[in-house]
Parts: sequence; C-alpha cells; structure tokens
Amino acid sequence: MTETPFLPLIILLTSLLAAPVLFALPERAARLRTGINLGVAALKLVLVGWLSWKVGQGVIYDISFEVLPGLEFKLQADPLAILFVSLSALLWLITTVYSVGYLESGPHRARFFGFFSLCVSATVGVAMAGNLFTFLIFYELLTLATYPLVIHRGTAESLRAGRIYLIYTLAGGLVLLLGTLALWVLAGTTDFSPGGVLEAVVAENRLAAQMLFVVLVGAVGVKAALVPLHAWLPIAMVAPAPVSALLHAVAVVKAGAFGIMRVVYEVFGIETAQALGMTAPLAALAGITIIYGSLKAITQDDIKKRLAYSTVSQVSYITLGVALASPIAAVGALAHLIHQGLMKITMFMVAGNLAEGLGVKKVSEMDGVGRRMPGTMLAFSAAALAMIGLPPLAGFVSKWYLAQGGLDAGAVWVIALLLGSSLLNALYFLPMLQRAWFRDPTDADAPPKQRIGWMLAAPPITTALMVLAVGGFANAPFSPLEWTRFVVAIEYQE
Amino acid sequence: MTIDPITLAVFVPLFGAIAAFVFPRAAVWLGLGAVLATCATVLGLAREVLAAGEVVTPLGGWAPPLGISLRADGLSVAMLGMSAIVGLLVSFGALDALRDLRQRQYFWPLWLLLLTGMNGVYLSTDIFNLYVMIEVIALAAVGLTVLSGTKDAVRAGLEYMYASILGALLFLMGVGFVYLQLGRLDFAGLIAAEPSGALSAALALMVIGLLLKTALFPLHFWLPAAHANATAPASALLSGLVVKAALYIFLRLTTYMPLPDEILVTLIGALGAGAVLWGGVQALRAERLKLLVAWSTVTQIGLIFLAFARAGQVGLTESWKAAALLILAHGVAKSAMFLAAGRIKDEVGHDRIADLDKSDIRPTLAQFTFALAAISLIGLPPSLGFIGKWSLMEGAMAAGYWHWVAVTMIGTLMSVAYFSRVFAGFLRFDRMRGELAEHKGWALADIAPLTLAVAAISLGLMAAPILSFIELGYPFGELP
Repeated sequence: MTETPFLPLIILLTSLLAAPVLFALPERAARLRTGINLGVAALKLVLVGWLSWKVGQGVIYDISFEVLPGLEFKLQADPLAILFVSLSALLWLITTVYSVGYLESGPHRARFFGFFSLCVSATVGVAMAGNLFTFLIFYELLTLATYPLVIHRGTAESLRAGRIYLIYTLAGGLVLLLGTLALWVLAGTTDFSPGGVLEAVVAENRLAAQMLFVVLVGAVGVKAALVPLHAWLPIAMVAPAPVSALLHAVAVVKAGAFGIMRVVYEVFGIETAQALGMTAPLAALAGITIIYGSLKAITQDDIKKRLAYSTVSQVSYITLGVALASPIAAVGALAHLIHQGLMKITMFMVAGNLAEGLGVKKVSEMDGVGRRMPGTMLAFSAAALAMIGLPPLAGFVSKWYLAQGGLDAGAVWVIALLLGSSLLNALYFLPMLQRAWFRDPTDADAPPKQRIGWMLAAPPITTALMVLAVGGFANAPFSPLEWTRFVVAIEYQE
Repeated sequence: MTIDPITLAVFVPLFGAIAAFVFPRAAVWLGLGAVLATCATVLGLAREVLAAGEVVTPLGGWAPPLGISLRADGLSVAMLGMSAIVGLLVSFGALDALRDLRQRQYFWPLWLLLLTGMNGVYLSTDIFNLYVMIEVIALAAVGLTVLSGTKDAVRAGLEYMYASILGALLFLMGVGFVYLQLGRLDFAGLIAAEPSGALSAALALMVIGLLLKTALFPLHFWLPAAHANATAPASALLSGLVVKAALYIFLRLTTYMPLPDEILVTLIGALGAGAVLWGGVQALRAERLKLLVAWSTVTQIGLIFLAFARAGQVGLTESWKAAALLILAHGVAKSAMFLAAGRIKDEVGHDRIADLDKSDIRPTLAQFTFALAAISLIGLPPSLGFIGKWSLMEGAMAAGYWHWVAVTMIGTLMSVAYFSRVFAGFLRFDRMRGELAEHKGWALADIAPLTLAVAAISLGLMAAPILSFIELGYPFGELP
C-alpha cells in the first residue's frame, strides 16, 4: 500500500528550505526568526506524527530518482526510520525553544539557526535514507552543518575543537565513501533491505565481506564514538549548550548508532553478520567502550565533559544490543536510541542552565544548587537516576532488555557488564546529586543568580517528564518500546 | 557559408571581440551581448545534438581531408555549455570587480577572443585547427593575466607566455610529424592510421605540449603565480575554463590515438598523483587566499589525470565519465571560488589567510560562497565534484587500482586540511581589533559567484542526465 510518496520529501524539505530563509534574515529580526523556527519545527512534528500513523498502518513510503546510472537517491520511511525521525522532530522542537532562550542576545543568531535547521534536515535524511548512498550524502551534510555550530563562539579554543571534530568526522565520512563504493562494486546495489544484500558476495569472497564490515562499521563508529574513535566527542564540548544537547541526544552520535543498525541489519543482515563472525568482536568493542567511557566520566570535574564521557558509554549500549544478535537485545538497543536521547538532552540543557544561571560549570561547584534551582535540578535528578537504571525509569527498561538479550544470546558476561556499568554510572552521577541536594551552597564565592526564563527552564523539565513517561508506560501502545518491537519483528524477519 | 549554430558558436564571440575592441566605450554592453548571444547559439546547438546525436558542418562546403569541418557531439556541447554559462556569470561578476576603466576596456575583447578560441577547440575536427585555436587561447589568456597591471602579474604573465609558446611549439611539431606520416590532419585520418613508431613520437610531442598547457605536475610551474595574480574574473576564467581546453584535447587525442604502452598510462597517473600530493602540500603552505585557490587547481588537474590512468577496458567507461564530470565540476566550482576570493579581497582589503580573522569586516555571503565551492572541490556530497570523485574511485576499484583510490583519498583529506585553514579565518572572532563593523555581509556582486557555487553543489543530483547528454554522439568511441 503506497500513497502520497512525497510525504518523506516534504518532511525533509520543511527544515531544509527554512535554512536559507533563516540565513538571510537580518540579526535584529529576532521575533520573525523565532516564529519561523518554532513554526517549522511544529509543522515538522505534526507531519512526522502523520507519517508515523500511516507507517504504523502498514504504508511504506518510497521516493527515488537516479543520480548515476543505476545509482539512486532514495528516501524511504520504514518503521526503523520512523523511530529516529520522530525522536529528532520532537527533540528539535524542544531544543529550538531552548536555543531561542539561550542565545537571546548573542551574536550570529542568523547563522546559528540556519545551520541548526540544516542539521535537523541532515538527521532526518540520515533516518529516511533508503540506501547507503543516500545515507552517505546526509551523513556528510550532518558533519558540515554541525561544524559551524560547534565553533559557534569563534574563539581559539572552539576552533581547535572544531578542527579535531572535522578531522575525525570527515575522515570517517571518507572511509564511509570507500565502503559505500566497495559495496556498490561488490554487490551492485547499496539498498537497505532487511536481511541484507550481501549473501552472494559472502558466499564468493568471505574475506572481502569481512573487510567491508570493518570499514563500514568503523566509518559510522566515528560518529557513534566507539573507542578508540571517540576522542572528538569530549573535545566538542566547547559548543554552546543547546548544540551539545542536540549533538549528544539526537544528531551526531545517534546518526552513528543508527548507521550501525542500518549496516548490520540491512546491508549485511544480522544472520550474515553473525555468520561472518563479526558481531562478537563488535559486541566486545561496545563493552570496552561502555566501561571505558564510564571510568573516564568519573574522573572529570567539568560537568559537560563528565556528561560527554557518559555519552560515549551510553551510546555503546545501542551498539551492544545490535551486536548481540538477539531480538530481545535489539529491542533494548532500539529503545535506548530514544531513551538515551531523552535522558541526555535533559542533562545537557540542565548543564547549560547551571552555567547560565549560576555560573556553575564544574561538579565541585555544584554544592547546594538544588536549593537555588529546584525545578532544573529535579529534572536532572530524574534523568540521572534513569541513566543509572532505577526502575521503572527509561534507562532501566533498556538495560532490562539488553540483559535479557544477553542471556538469550548466551553471553552471560553482558549481565556483569551491565551491572558494572550501572555501578559506575551511580559513581559519577550520585555525587552530583548529593552535592546538589545535601550540601549547603558555598555563598562566599558563589556568583549571583541570573534569572532563567521559561524558555530555558521548561525544556529540560518537559524532557524529564518524558523520561518518566517512557519508562512508566513502556508497554502502552505507541510507546517507544512498542514501536521497537514492531521494528525488530521486521529486521529479524519474523 | 551557411548560418547555423555550430558556425555561430565560433564567430559570434569573434565578432563580439572585434566590436568590443573597436568601440571601447561600449565594450561592456557589446561584450555582455556577445556572451549572451553565444549562450543562445550553444543552446540551439544543444537542441540539434539532442535530436541528431552529432552535428557535422563542413566550412565552405569542403569536406575533410581537403577542407575543415566543425563537429559537435555531447561532450563538446557540454564543454561549450560550461564555458558559456560560467563565462556569462563571470561576466556579471566582472561588472563589479573591474572598477578601472582601462581594465574594463581590455577585459572584454580579450575574454571574447578567449571564448572564440575555446569554442573553436571544442568544435574542431583536425589537429592543425586545434593548434591555431590553442594559440588564440594563449594570446588572450596571457593578456588577461597581465590585466591587473601589477609587477607580479606581469612577471607571472611573462612566464605563462613562455610556457604557452613552448607548449604550442611542441604541439605544432607533433602536428607536422603527423602530416609527414599520414598526409592528413583530420581526426578520421588519425583513427584510420596504422600505429607506428613515428606516429607515437608525434603523439608524445603533442601530449607533452598539452600537459604543459594544462599544467600537469611537474609542468605546472607557471600556473600558481599566473592564476593568483590576475584579477578575480580573469583568474576565474583561467582556472575554471582555460586549462580545460588542453585537457579536452588530451581526452580527444588519446581516444583517437590510444597511448601505445601501458607504462605511459601509469606514468600519466603517477604525474596526476604527484600533482595531487605536491599541490596539496603547497596549498597547505600558501599564505594568500588566491594562491591557495590556484594550488588547488593544480591538485584538481592531477585528480582529473588520475581518472585517465586506466589501462585496458575494465572501468574504462567510468573513467572517461569521471574525467568529464570532474572537468565540469571543477570549471563551475573553481570559477565560483575565485570570484568569491576576489570579493573577500575587495571587502577585507587583503587576502592574507593568517590575518583574515583580524578583520572587523566579514563579507559573509562571499565566505559562504567560498565554502560551498570548497565542498564541491573537496568532493563532499551531493556536489558534482562528489559524483566525479565517486565515478573516479568506482572505475579505479573495478579495475583493481587500489593505489589510485588511496591517492584520491589522501588528496581529499589534504583538501579538507587546506580549506579549513581558510574557514578558521572566516569563523574566528576573538582576534578582531575592534567591534564587528556595520556591514551588511553581502552585496549585489555576490550573486554571480553564489549562483555558480549553488550550481556546483546541486548539479551533482543531476549527474545522470548530464552524463547521458555527454554520451550523445559517442565521444568515447562505441560504448558497451
């Protein structure tokens, strides 16, 4: 059943066409800019809601045209794409509100919101890419659109960080180009299809297929911040808070994690990948990343850096769930794509509020902040406890399924890994909560409190409520978990 | 003589050049009119080629080998179209960029003469005619180089002239050898000729002459200074269009007279690789924006020759396509970039890369244009440069030439590195000496380069129709 195949294209174009308008607006046209931003974000959310409804009914959207003989630019809205598209559309709206508040009087707002808009278009494109070639196009666009956001402050430090970011991500993109080309030459197609497209190649040339796996997963692994390709992520923390929030929760690291899903499930197919003997090393690498990220997080005093290393660790849950090659673990992985996004975006917005409102940027300065900004810190606490895995919050649901999946796949070490990781999570989040709630503010050197407007205060509280909701109502219809089961049934061809 | 588009494509710019020279006060309007008229004739010719696949017109009614005929197929019309459209936009850019009256007076006749020569090259069917046309091009191009009148430009122009004359002489010697061997100079004669040692020697002479003119490493020595010191519109024409004429001849000649030995093919590829790497190193070291852009041309030429480096049939079609696409992509993107660099230099007052971030004036739109052009030159999706690079690497992979794939990837990384030096200058704000000046960030003159840059990006998505047009009339022989 196919109807209005243009809907995915329209969703892509809403933010893509808004970008040049936003670039062209003069700096002082703040109200018009905000109006366009929020209007387009809201429109996109509505359209995505409609699209999800249709796809839930079994409609498949597919639109393509030829770029080179046989090679297509192809957009496709399958259930896996919907998972990522709805996450980005939802969090884009929330982050837009937050950014408007955050950048109220800063310079270069036209540039910022233009690239912000491009960045979301790229994310939506990554989600809806129907083949690896199209995926590559948007994957690179994402790099280009986020670079100006990372260096937004224009200082020597941010430019240095930006250069490292660019080197990592563009090198990753180049390797992805190599892999896509190799796939095209080997298999004659780059289409995503459940079960994969490489069966014939594997039978013929096992080594080439294995190398291709390493190249492709390595390429998307840069953005997914798999150890040892993760170094750019903590450095990119110089970006303004809303950018960090978006980078960590929706755009960049998620594009990487999502890429791993597409490559494993729909380029190779989970069975082929397993038969190639590639999933076990990937799972091990994800495990190492999970522990390494957490260990590094404990030693960071800078709040944003601590959160960044926490992301390194948490995003690899997704990779782990994919690599375990068990449908139950896959449910955990896909759900974590959403859950981690909600939790981490809350935390980064809170970190931004602490810096803006109180001038607090380090963990050691957090004494008593709970009393000074109770709403904000409640949101942070909810997200942190969820991340640690307190039932019935979002993080618990993901970890529960991952652990079950580990048992299902016969990998008992996963249980130990998850317990250890939860312990480490507690070790770096609980001290923050303890300082915030149970210590007195050190008034002597505390900077005066700035007023935080509703545009800064409301977004983290909203996402924190969602964190509670997706955990508490995990089994309700249309919850991320339910949708995840729908996707996994397709990828495992059940 | 019949009046048809193919003849007009050569004579309209020629008459325009003469008129602009005779009536210097009206040069601007005569020039713009002539370029517009050329665009129209190319469009007419494109329609004919679309209908018939190829168009052949004997001049004066004498068919070769006695007379001269003009021939247009998909490839030649693509080159004509690129020259006309890029030329038109650069002409608009020149309206603002050339403020000096004398520069204006000389620019238009020279530029139209250049267009005459290039159109002649793309329509020629015999090698003597080609020789005449490359001399016309050289004359006009050297004139354009020294147009800015600075001492550096004159010195660079002189060097360019020596290189050009030497290249043309070598080519002419080759032409003479061919005539001694075959007694005819038309392409059909070349195709029909039995390969022989003497013919190979003639080919070698012609090829070396062409490599000198197209500035393939290590024969690129004249290019950076010439392209960096010319005025911005002249640089855009020289880098975007002029070097392509010699490349085009190389492409045609080696199609009709295949290089006799695989080692030569590999050698061409090695020189291309040298250009990519050496040009990249020099671009990393360049202190001025326009010099960096000029070195980037050296690397791009190298990249196009990498596409040629294919022995045997495997991946051959992809290689020719890649070369054609890269030629088009570079023409559009590099002219955009030179015009944008000129705009930045005009607004900021200098083009020292290290000091760009000290300026309190930020011509935002020109910088944005520069970045868009860089995306295509680096070869990031979805630009035409990306599609070209994709085809190049596809051909190399299919044929198992992994070393050329590696060189391409290293070159890409280097281009990221040298262009990001420039971006850092655009985007850093903590070294400014004062407050950011009241500046709109854009001017009407930014529209021409921006249009070119947007075209360079978006044409990538139209590569399939472009390619099927290029293949009209089978310019690369019978395709499988």
